[in-house]
Amino acid sequence: MMPKIKKIKEVYLDHAATTYTDKEVVKAMLPYFTENYGNPSSLYHKGREANGALNDARRTIAKLINALPENIIFTGGGSESDNLAVYGIAYAHGGKGKHIITTAIEHHAVLHPLEDLQKQGFEVTYLKVDEEGFVKVEDVVKAIRPDTILVSVMYANNEVGTIEPIAEIGREILKYRQENKTIYPYFHTDACQAAGAVALDVEKLHVDLMTVNGSKIYGPKGTGILYLRRGVRPKPQILGGGQERRLRAGTENVPGIIGFTKAFELAQQNCEQESARLQGLTTYLWKELQAKIPKIKLNGPEIGEKRLPNNLNVTFIDVEGEAMLLYLDEYGVMCSTGSACTSESLDPSHVLLAMGLPYEFSHGSLRFTFGHCNTKDDVDYMMSFLPEVIKQLREISPVNIGVVKHAKYKA
Amino acid sequence: MAKKVEKKENLSQGVDIRGTKGEGWLYSDIVKDHFFNPRNFMRYGEEDEFKHNAMGRVGSPACGDEMVLWLQVDPKEERIKDCRWRTFGCGSAIASTSMLSEMIVENGGMKLDDALKVKPQDILNRLGGLPDRKVHCSVLGDKALQAAINDYFRQTGQHTRIVTAGSKIIDKELNITDHDIEEAVLEGAQSIEDLQKKLKIGVIHKETIPAIEDLLRFYQEKYYG
Repeated sequence: MMPKIKKIKEVYLDHAATTYTDKEVVKAMLPYFTENYGNPSSLYHKGREANGALNDARRTIAKLINALPENIIFTGGGSESDNLAVYGIAYAHGGKGKHIITTAIEHHAVLHPLEDLQKQGFEVTYLKVDEEGFVKVEDVVKAIRPDTILVSVMYANNEVGTIEPIAEIGREILKYRQENKTIYPYFHTDACQAAGAVALDVEKLHVDLMTVNGSKIYGPKGTGILYLRRGVRPKPQILGGGQERRLRAGTENVPGIIGFTKAFELAQQNCEQESARLQGLTTYLWKELQAKIPKIKLNGPEIGEKRLPNNLNVTFIDVEGEAMLLYLDEYGVMCSTGSACTSESLDPSHVLLAMGLPYEFSHGSLRFTFGHCNTKDDVDYMMSFLPEVIKQLREISPVNIGVVKHAKYKA
Repeated sequence: MAKKVEKKENLSQGVDIRGTKGEGWLYSDIVKDHFFNPRNFMRYGEEDEFKHNAMGRVGSPACGDEMVLWLQVDPKEERIKDCRWRTFGCGSAIASTSMLSEMIVENGGMKLDDALKVKPQDILNRLGGLPDRKVHCSVLGDKALQAAINDYFRQTGQHTRIVTAGSKIIDKELNITDHDIEEAVLEGAQSIEDLQKKLKIGVIHKETIPAIEDLLRFYQEKYYG
């Protein structure tokens, strides 16, 4: 019963999961595997060379985010940076207060450490979001208490693309600190998804800690940074040789760091132009879907400046996500779903649920995230069979939400 | 016809539904075949034509799975002559229902007494297995079948034959029995919320919550007290 098509084409629409590594990035990395392989801590010339490259990288990144080189800690990726930020601040400053504020739609790399901290006597406030996934600035302010040591709000949501008002939150936190003559709470943002789409000026954002990773911006996997404002010292989570100002031990992943830096540079350079192009694709796909498939719903904010330009999250009512995913995969199209059936927990996406989407809507969601490699042709290719696939899956489905049930269904 | 079943390796390991070698989905070819070419489902417009004398519905889309099964039972022989179904669910759920629909009508149709004995494991075997994490997706099939057969008994006034699988039904609409709760507790359920997750039920009816809580406590004490 599958719609026939002429030729299977591989179409990758899951760039929020991860991106391929840019060729230019790979090229920049290569010498550091086989030639400049020295340990940056070594004194001889190969070590010094590596150390020089590391310092250059740190300077480049610092400039891109309007920080100082010593504010940048290289880590093994976004999850590690988030863990270092959350656990690190909690353990280093837990003596001053045990309250942390975050949102219900954070990445699990923030949520799971917080759950763990709750078991250790910390108190966590999970801010609600509205139906588009936005957290309210005044809600953050209202939640701050004298014992609040950390606020962690993601810059852009990975599932629905909501871009949170980080600068405004940052400003309010700053104001609170000045008025109350305190250094708390610190403000952390996970900017993994935002890094390729918006500028990351830490002074404009007023953040004290910021996570960025390489694998979402065409850099190598297993690379990332944690920005730390001067004076902010989390408790290190990996101990050893004292690298990264004793905050993250382990011989530096020099090729990875070089690759990350190149990727970050490219992402920030081309950000405006590429974002406009990606938003064009997102808009085109959404229009096509609306024109050709009935009973669909856009999840997250309207396409525009408050949504990641490459993200489209859509619920196909009455159909289950994994079933759609399997069909799409059969045609070579790769995307993801908020359905429980593909998650380990068997629960649908915590983000969609936090936005107030009913369970049955969450189960039927698909997330398409565009990237450098995608063109309008990819959308046309997918649209050549998707309406038929949805129609067939709906025919198999006994669910018909919003429509009076057929007499034959009555028990 | 019973096909020779080729089992996929590693089905019981890990929580993933993909193969460890990255070669593809950890679904057997039979599962794929039934998923992409489902048999006996109720097509649009067929609802009025298909003469059924029993119907069973289990699950709800909020839980991620819902299944409706229509049976055409021959009253003389008590055999299932034909059936139709519709399923909201993932690949495994759709394939399981499709396979079940073949099993109950093949060879002239299954006798009701035999159909009542169909276990999830039977469907699994015919499918060539399912990854562990997906086994629960096949559970709805036999529940829908039992519900449909009970409906047949009800329709034909044979109330004494209605089977509740030797257990007490706590929630009629969701077909939850005390046995289901026992199993959930054995799998680690400690609260109503856990139960909802394990049994894949969205909303438990307020009236049944006290009874469920009692059973939860009872089984917790029995096994972990």
